[in-house]
Amino acid sequence: MKSLEELQAIRDRKKAEINNRTTGENNIRIIVGMATCGIAAGARPVLQAFGEEIESRKLENVTLGQTGCIGLCKYEPIVEVFVPGQDKVTYVHMDAKKAREVITSHILNGKPIAEYTYKE
Amino acid sequence: MIERAHILVCGGTGCTSGNSKAIFEEFKKQVKAVNLENEVKIIMTGCFGLCAKGPIVVIYPEGAFYQHVKPEYVKEIVEEHIVKGRIVDKYVHRETDESGKSKSIEDSAFYKSQKRIVLRHCGVIDPENIDEYLAFDGYKAYEKVVTTMTPEEVCDLVTASGLRGRGGGGFPTGVKWASTLKAPGDIKYVVCNADEGDPGAFMDRSLLEGDPHAVLEAMMINGYAVGAHQGYIYVRAEYPIAVHRLQVAINQAREYGILGKNAMGLGHDFDIDIRLGAGAFVCGEATALIHSIEGKRGEPTQKPPHLADHGLFGRPTVLNNVETYGNITQIILNGPEWFRSMGTEKSPGTKVFALGGKITNTGLVEIPMGTTLRTIIEDIGGGIPNGRKFKAAQTGGPSGGCIPASLIDTPIDYDNLIKIGSMMGSGGLIVMDDTTCMVDIAKFFLEFTVDESCGKCTPCRIGNKRLYEILEKITEGKGTMEDIDKLEELCYYIKSNSLCGLGQTAPNPVLSTLKYFRDEYIAHVKDKKCPAGVCKALLNYVIDPSKCVGCGLCKRGCPAGAISGELKQPHVIDTSKCIKCGACIAACRKNAIEKK
Repeated sequence: MKSLEELQAIRDRKKAEINNRTTGENNIRIIVGMATCGIAAGARPVLQAFGEEIESRKLENVTLGQTGCIGLCKYEPIVEVFVPGQDKVTYVHMDAKKAREVITSHILNGKPIAEYTYKE
Repeated sequence: MIERAHILVCGGTGCTSGNSKAIFEEFKKQVKAVNLENEVKIIMTGCFGLCAKGPIVVIYPEGAFYQHVKPEYVKEIVEEHIVKGRIVDKYVHRETDESGKSKSIEDSAFYKSQKRIVLRHCGVIDPENIDEYLAFDGYKAYEKVVTTMTPEEVCDLVTASGLRGRGGGGFPTGVKWASTLKAPGDIKYVVCNADEGDPGAFMDRSLLEGDPHAVLEAMMINGYAVGAHQGYIYVRAEYPIAVHRLQVAINQAREYGILGKNAMGLGHDFDIDIRLGAGAFVCGEATALIHSIEGKRGEPTQKPPHLADHGLFGRPTVLNNVETYGNITQIILNGPEWFRSMGTEKSPGTKVFALGGKITNTGLVEIPMGTTLRTIIEDIGGGIPNGRKFKAAQTGGPSGGCIPASLIDTPIDYDNLIKIGSMMGSGGLIVMDDTTCMVDIAKFFLEFTVDESCGKCTPCRIGNKRLYEILEKITEGKGTMEDIDKLEELCYYIKSNSLCGLGQTAPNPVLSTLKYFRDEYIAHVKDKKCPAGVCKALLNYVIDPSKCVGCGLCKRGCPAGAISGELKQPHVIDTSKCIKCGACIAACRKNAIEKK
């Protein structure tokens, strides 16, 4: 027998997961470049780090996705963050640690980390 | 960690018969082959609705809607979409707007006018995983009801919502619950009617397959509201996927302590069992259904006594249709005003229709009550294929009637349909074009009811048989004008004297076609012609001598030896020998043979 609290815990845990099944326009989208170049440069641990953070922090309004090569292979792993109503932010040379920082600073506190972004 | 991509393979009945199980297995295999099984979730869901495009696979977060998927496409989809993040456009269902821009699936004509309340989880969750149902506030409505409301308040809330029985009768659900609550007795039952029997209807089936927990939760709420501790789902054995998923759902709910003694620790005992029906149409009738569960012969009995006083095993019983239950949790969580904000004043909410027949987008649609037939057929259904003209729509199956093209702008709700001589029925909607003969259609439905009549009362057992015989006579060109009058008289007699709903509604297809297509009946009787070119006895196959080149193909193709003629001379069909099989039409390369 599951208690009411346990049922609620299941609801909360599953919600972040199910959230990926909406194309909700108001969601923050995190897109990881997962082409050959990205994967070779270490995009998979980045993607996994995002996934773990989204799940453990129960971020219901964040969709995690992937994309192919955007042409800047030199800068991989590349991550693009789309916050509704704001310009997209492109992070380059990412790793798992940086990914977790992006979650805390950019996603949770609304402060993009300039240091990690693409600069010309 | 959470999976970054979700592959949803349709596991509804339509797509399953299109081999979606093999597609599901292939996805598992291919995803494993690229070592992504930890990043990608693959599940089977209920019906997406657009059955005409099945088998369907939807991949999130992009929401890419793949149509007519075959197992051999899977490898490419996995390698391109899942590994490289590129949607495989050639397999995707796309509609474009005037400027050529492709629309998202939510904006497509098929989904745009729909409002999916009952079907909200179909094609979204894995019906065999209770956790996914919980994620969408599953079993919260039950928790809310038991912790904050009295049974009277629950009945009042459902009454206030204006919800009416979706099985077709349209009786106010809350009133039904309240009278069962008031009935004296400490043992009461809740029964779910999942004996969907109309030809062409698959709404209840799809809901049970796509979201079984929603029905279980609604039955629990119903149990609390009327003071019952046991529920039964009466479902036909012909729905194996629905039965399986229901059983899985019941087992999971019991394991979590959601069903059973002291359900969810909230102090109300409630359990649910499945009872399989053998597929008799009459068992969808309330009293016959109850007798079938009791192990007796599935025959109706006189009402009153009503089920609320004397139902299953002689105890007070509340019986609701699957789709009715599909609305309950949403009404509890969102309130009656929310429910009343949709649909019409007397028929609030939505209705699910199984769209079939001569229509481009065959499938399962849910629309707010009051939507016109035109919207359903032209927008959602995508119109009539092959450039044909819309002639009529049949609602309510063998109990309903035909809506002619002239009434296409009728807003659909319970009362309007009754007014024009049809009925809501459980929600089958069969579209017919100008190649459909209305007398033949009436005969088709009569044949069904004659087969399915239980035989207990004379008007239904003998009357419908006689109706069928008169229709047969007319379609064979042997009818007289007196037959049409007799037909009408007999219809009214059967309607007013039959014991149960089956007999009382069986003449509806005849009456409504007589009302709107009387000229077709007269053409069959007076001119001995079938205007739609369907009734074989009234047709003759004729070779047009100006088109015939005398090749002899038809002569060789004719199994009855009815065609004669010299080579390179126009051939002739001997109508006394012709069996009207159509083999000559198929053989002719010059389109020289016509049905007249």
